[in-house]
Amino acid sequence: MNSFSYLRAVNVADAVEDINTKNKAKFIAGGTNILDLMKVNVERPEHLTDLTRLPLTEIQNTEDGGLRLGALATNAVTAWNEQVQQRYPLLAKAILAGASAQLRNMATNGGNLFQRTRCYYFYDTATPCNKREPGSGCSAINGYNRIHAVLGTSEHCIATHPSDMCVALAALDAKVNVTGTKGDWVVDFADFHRLPGDQPELDNNLQPGDLVTSIDLPAKTFSKVQYLKLRDRQSYAFAIVSVAAAIELEGGTIKEIQMALGGVAHKPWRDKSAEAMMIGKTPTKENFRLLAETVLATAKGYSYNSFKIELAKRAIVRAFTEALQAV
Amino acid sequence: MKSNYIGKPTSRVDGPLKVTGQAKYAAEFAADGLVYGVVVSGEIAKGSIKNIDVKEALSLKGVLKIFTHENVSGLPWFDKNYKDQDSPAGSPFRPFQDNKIMFSMQPIALVVAETFELARYAASLVKVEYKEDKHETVLMDHLDKAKKAPKGKVGFEEPKSRGNAGDAFKAAEFKVEGEYLHSAEHHNPLEMHATTVVWEDGDKLTVYDKTQGVFNCQQYITKVFGLSTDDVRVLSPFVGGAFGSGLRPQYQVFMAVLASLELKRAVRVSLTRQQMFSFGHRPSSVQRLALSASADGTLQSVKHEAFGETSRFEDYTEIIVNWSGTMYKCENVELKYDLVKLDVFSPLDMRAPGAVTGNHPFESAIDELAYALKMDPLAFRLRNYAEEDQMGGRPYSSKELKACYTQGAAKFGWDKRSIEPRSMRDGNQLIGWGMGTAAWDAQQMLANAKAVLSADGKLFVSSGASDIGTGTYTIMTQIAAETLGLAIEDVTFKLGDTNMPEAPLQGGSWTAASVGSAVKAGCEAVKAQVLKLAKKSKKTPVSGESADDLIIDDGYVLLKKDPSSKISISELMKQAEVGSIEEKAMSGPNPINKLKYTFNTHAAVFAEVKVDEELGTAIVSRVVCAVAAGKIINPKTAGSQIKGAVVWGISKALEEESMMDKNLGRFINHDLYEYHIPVNKDINDIDVIFVEEHDDKVNPLGVKGVGEIGIIAVAGAIANAVFHATGHRVRNLPITMDKVLGLSE
Ligand SMILES: Cc1cc2nc3c(=O)[nH]c(=O)nc-3n(C[C@H](O)[C@H](O)[C@H](O)COP(=O)(O)OP(=O)(O)OC[C@H]3O[C@@H](n4cnc5c(N)ncnc54)[C@H](O)[C@@H]3O)c2cc1C
Ligand code: SF4
Repeated sequence: MNSFSYLRAVNVADAVEDINTKNKAKFIAGGTNILDLMKVNVERPEHLTDLTRLPLTEIQNTEDGGLRLGALATNAVTAWNEQVQQRYPLLAKAILAGASAQLRNMATNGGNLFQRTRCYYFYDTATPCNKREPGSGCSAINGYNRIHAVLGTSEHCIATHPSDMCVALAALDAKVNVTGTKGDWVVDFADFHRLPGDQPELDNNLQPGDLVTSIDLPAKTFSKVQYLKLRDRQSYAFAIVSVAAAIELEGGTIKEIQMALGGVAHKPWRDKSAEAMMIGKTPTKENFRLLAETVLATAKGYSYNSFKIELAKRAIVRAFTEALQAV
Repeated sequence: MKSNYIGKPTSRVDGPLKVTGQAKYAAEFAADGLVYGVVVSGEIAKGSIKNIDVKEALSLKGVLKIFTHENVSGLPWFDKNYKDQDSPAGSPFRPFQDNKIMFSMQPIALVVAETFELARYAASLVKVEYKEDKHETVLMDHLDKAKKAPKGKVGFEEPKSRGNAGDAFKAAEFKVEGEYLHSAEHHNPLEMHATTVVWEDGDKLTVYDKTQGVFNCQQYITKVFGLSTDDVRVLSPFVGGAFGSGLRPQYQVFMAVLASLELKRAVRVSLTRQQMFSFGHRPSSVQRLALSASADGTLQSVKHEAFGETSRFEDYTEIIVNWSGTMYKCENVELKYDLVKLDVFSPLDMRAPGAVTGNHPFESAIDELAYALKMDPLAFRLRNYAEEDQMGGRPYSSKELKACYTQGAAKFGWDKRSIEPRSMRDGNQLIGWGMGTAAWDAQQMLANAKAVLSADGKLFVSSGASDIGTGTYTIMTQIAAETLGLAIEDVTFKLGDTNMPEAPLQGGSWTAASVGSAVKAGCEAVKAQVLKLAKKSKKTPVSGESADDLIIDDGYVLLKKDPSSKISISELMKQAEVGSIEEKAMSGPNPINKLKYTFNTHAAVFAEVKVDEELGTAIVSRVVCAVAAGKIINPKTAGSQIKGAVVWGISKALEEESMMDKNLGRFINHDLYEYHIPVNKDINDIDVIFVEEHDDKVNPLGVKGVGEIGIIAVAGAIANAVFHATGHRVRNLPITMDKVLGLSE
C-alpha cells in the first residue's frame, strides 16, 4: 500500500481544518469503501482524516418533529433504532437490504452517501474509466454493462449509485447537513448526488473536504411503504433495480405518493411530476403501471442492461402493491 | 466390534486444528528472513511488452529485486521440463519467458521486497508500455475456427458415435433441438494460491504450496530449476479448498522458487483475489442438442455437439459429450467435440470437469423430450434405463441408479407433481419441480502408504496425499483404525509431504479408493505382523493361535471363539521386545476388472424452485440428491461433499459466471462481490441420500468416491424445474431474472 499520514479528529472543526490543509486528503469513517478502493489503487490519498471519534453518532428528534441521523451512526444502529423502525420503516428496510450484517456494523450513514459506484471498470485500473481517470474513456458503454444505468446517463459514464439507504432517503425527502470551510449549510437530498454529464468524476455536488454531519428526516411519515430490491442473489449483492415506495390513501384514492429508484441511475432516481400525476388516482395495478411507464419514459438501455427498463416498471408496480398490503 | 469405524458418521479429526487456527496453510509458514513477492498482472489480452520500467519501484529502500522477462534467463527451453501430471497437450505457460502477452492479467513481473506492504506498493509503480494486437476471447464469436480436439491429455477419450442419429432423428415422431451456452467460471476457494519457499545452503528448498499433489509440484520444480528431488521437499498439510485449481503448479510456485534461488533466502508469493481470475478456469461452452423418441417413449437418437475453448498454447480438453452416449439406452448416437483457441489462459479442471458442462444441456433436452411425449420425466428416464454401459456394452461393476431414482423421488414427493408447466403455484410464486441424472467415473490410481505401530499401541500412518477439505484425514484414520482394530484416538494419519510415500494428485474423486486401499493394505501388513507376534507369544491367552483364529479390536488381540481371552497389542510387542512395526504398501487398480467392467458412480437430483412470475427471481427451495457411490466410509464427511456440491450446482444454475469483456479481452467481474456464489440465504433444504451399493469389483474397499458426483446433475435439475415453473426454457446459464422473464437471452 502507498504510505499516507493519518489523523484521528476529535471534533468537527479539527476534521474540517485537517482535511482542508492537507494535500490529497480523504475522510475515513467505517472504511468499508475507502479501504477497498485504496487496496486496488483506485483511491490513493496522501492523508486520511479519521472521523470515527467525532461526536456525530446520535439519532435524535429535531425541533420540527423530524429525526436527525448522525453522520457517524452506523447503518446497523440506524436501521434498528426504535424511532427509525416505527416512523421511517422504509429507511430501515432499505438499510437492511444492503450489504451484510458485518458491513452494516462498520458502515456509517455519512460514508453510505459517499460510497462510490460498483462499476467493474471503475475498480480495475487496467481499464479506461472516465470516473476514475477523466478523459480516459468509458469501458462500460460498449462493454459489459449488465449492472449499469438506464436513466440520466451520459456519453461519458453510465455508472449507477449503488446505495440502498440513499434510495429511501431520496424517497423520504431527507436533507443533508454539511459543514465546510464556508460554514454550515443544508442540501436537499435530491440535490446531493448528481448525474454524470461531462464530469463523471464527480458523484455529488459537494466540494472535496466538505463534511456531512447529519441527515434530517422530515416530520412527515408514511405507514404504507415498501423497499423492494431485485438482485442476482438473495443477499449481499447490489441492486439490479430497487424501489423505495411510500404511499398514503384517502377515501380509496392516492393522497400522497413518493418513490425513488435505485440501481438505474447515477443518483437515486426521483420523478416528482410523475408522482404528482398520481394524486387522486385509484391505487390499481394499472395506475402504478402508468406511473412506472412515465418514470421510465426516457430510459435508454445498453447492450446488456435493457432488461432493467421493463424490470424496473414491474418492480414499481410490485413495490406499491406490497406497500398497500402493509399494516 | 468397537473398532468398526467404516461407515460411521465421524467428525473431522482435523476439525479442532482448523477451527482453532492451528492448521497452517501455505502462506502461513514462518521463516527467518522471509521476504515477499507481489505479482504484477498484465493489462492487455494480446500483444507484447514494449517497455517495462522498474526504476522507480526498484529505487525504494527495501525492494530487493524485480523479476521480469528482461532479467530471467538460463531456464530450460523444452516444454517437457514445464509439463506436470495434469498438463494437456501443448506448451505450458512459462512466466517471464519473453515479452509476449498471451492473455489478460498475464503475470509480467514479480516484485520482491522486505515487507508485503512495500512489495505491493512497489508493484503499483512498475510502468509498462504495450504493443496491442487484436485478440479473440469470446468463444461464441469464433466457432468458425473450431478444430477437432487432439488426443494427448491424460484421460481424454475421443467421443464415439454409433448407429445413425441423423436418419433416426429425421424419421422420429417426437424430437427436440436446442443450443446451450455456459460462461466460464473461476476457481475461488477461500484460500488463494500461495507458496512459501524456505531456502537453505546448497539450494536446498522446503516448499509450502497450496496444491492437490505435493509430488506433482516437486517434479515440476526439479525439472524447471534443475534440482534433485533430494533437495526439494514440498509440503501441503492443509488446503483451503481447491477442486482442481491446485492440480497443476500455478505460476506463484515458479515465481517463489525462482526468487528464492536467486536471492538465496525465504520467499513467499501469494496471489490476490483478483489474480485468482488470471489463470485456469472452467471453460465456457456452446452446445447443440438434438434428441428424438418414438411414441412409446423409446429414445431413438442422441446428437450432442460441443464447442469448448482453450488457450493458444495448450489444448485443454474435457469429456463433455461422451456421457450423453452412455446415460440412457439408445441405438443412434452422434457425438462431437471441437476446440476453439482463444487468447485466454488454458482452462483448468474444475469439479467434475466436462460432465457438469455436458450434463445441463443433455438433461435439459431429455426433459424437453419427455414434455414432447407428455411423459413424466422420471418415467421417461426409467423407460430408457441403461443396464450396461452403452459405450462398448460392458457391465457396470455396480449401478444402483434405480434405487437413487426411487428413494430420491419418494423423499422429494415426486409423485405429487403435476406434469403441466405453470400448473403449481403459491401466490405470486410459480413452483417448479425438475430432475436430472448424473454419472461419474469411479477411478483408482496407484498409491502408497506407510504404517508404523509403536509399542505404546499408537499407529502412525502416512501417505503423500492431500486433503483439500474433502475429509481425507478423517476417512484414512477410520480405515486404519478399523483395519488394525485400534481405537480411533490411537491412530494418527498424516499427508501432504514429499518425504512420505507417493500418492496421486487429489482429483477425479479417486483419493478415497486409491489412498484408502493403500492405507488398508499397509495396515493389513502390520496386522499380520501383530498376529505373528501373538502366535509366537509365550504364556498369553493367544499363544500358539493362528491368524485365522484371532481378531484384533480396540487395541487387543482376542480369541475368535472366546473374546474374553485377550491381550493388548502393546503387551505383545513389549514381550517380544519389538519397538515398532513398520510396513509400506502399494495399491493399484485390478487390471482384469478394469477391462471387464465399467466403474461409475450415479446420482439422481430432484429440485424445487420458486419463481416470481412477474419479477423473474428464482430461488431453489429444496433439493434431494440421491447418490450411489459404493461404500460410504464416512456419511458425515461424504454428506458434506454432496451438500457442498449441490450448493455449487445451485451456484452454477443461478449465479456463477465470469464475465468476459469482449473489447478488453478480460474477465471483468474479478472479485467476490460481483463474481457471485451463493450466500446462506440462497441455500435452503438439501437432503442427501446414499443408497446401498455393494461393489466387490471396484477395489478392496468397495469405495467409489463422492467428490464430484454431487454437482453434476444439479444445474440441469434446476433448469428443468424453472421450465416446469414457468414454461420457459432458459438455455444459457446462469438463469438470472432477466433470462427467466425472456428480457435477455
Ligand atoms: C462487499 C460489500 C457489499 C456492499 N453491499 C451494499 C449494498 O448492498 N447496499 C448498499 O447500500 N451498500 C453496500 N455496501 C456499501 C456500504 O454500504 C458502504 O461501503 C458504506 O456505507 C460506506 O460507509 P463507511 O462509513 O464505511 O465509509 P468509508 O469507506 O469510511 O468512506 C467512504 C467515503 O465517504 C467519505 N466520507 C465518510 N464519511 C463522511 C462524512 N461524514 N462526510 C464526508 N465524507 C465522508 C470518505 O471520505 C470516503 O470517500 C457494500 C460494501 C461492500 C464492501
Ligand atoms: S460507467 Fe462510469 S464508472 Fe463505469 S467505466 Fe464508464 S466512466 Fe467509468
